[in-house]
Amino acid sequence: MARSLKKGPFVDYKLEKKVLQLNDNKKKTVVKTWSRRSMITPDFVGHTFAVHNGNKFIPVYVTENMVGHKLGEFSPTRTFKGHPVKNN
Amino acid sequence: MARISGIDLPKNKQGEIGLTYIYGIGRATAKKILATSGIPFEKKVSDWDDDDLASIRKFITDNMTIEGELRSEKQLNIKRLLDIGCYRGLRHRKGLPVRGQRTKTNSRTRKGKRRTVAGKKKVTK
Repeated sequence: MARSLKKGPFVDYKLEKKVLQLNDNKKKTVVKTWSRRSMITPDFVGHTFAVHNGNKFIPVYVTENMVGHKLGEFSPTRTFKGHPVKNN
Repeated sequence: MARISGIDLPKNKQGEIGLTYIYGIGRATAKKILATSGIPFEKKVSDWDDDDLASIRKFITDNMTIEGELRSEKQLNIKRLLDIGCYRGLRHRKGLPVRGQRTKTNSRTRKGKRRTVAGKKKVTK
């Protein structure tokens, strides 16, 4: 079910603070984050995030099209390299 | 002969069904269209007069995207997902279910015909 509009988009408070600070200082640094659940807001556009996937941090460069998605959607958690080949 | 938004001309069908031959119109929208145009659902497509057709056409052009336009809109939406490289885009790319369904079994619609894997043994009692 979709989230209630009344609440607005969910962004982890600390992450939002960091991004807004970057915007104020006109700086672009990679923001390391575990907050896969945070929605990408228009403020995030143009920044690069290192989004944790449970193992590594995947660099995600945020473009305008990504607004409204969650950060976690761009950092896959599973690796599937095809079925194992049985030899006998 | 009824001809709405290009190529569609089903005849000898009740209006409610006939309209569903148009891509983007199902039973529910067909009923809605007929209701707002004041045409009985059971009226055959061949029995529609020019006024009926005009009001149906008007409703569709005013309120809906249909046929080719709708198809390209859908394609664009999918393309967006592919381009931004999000999870849903990856699933589209791989031809697997997009909305978190199980893939251990089923999901044959997305995966297509079964491809048998060589060397897979049947379990025997």
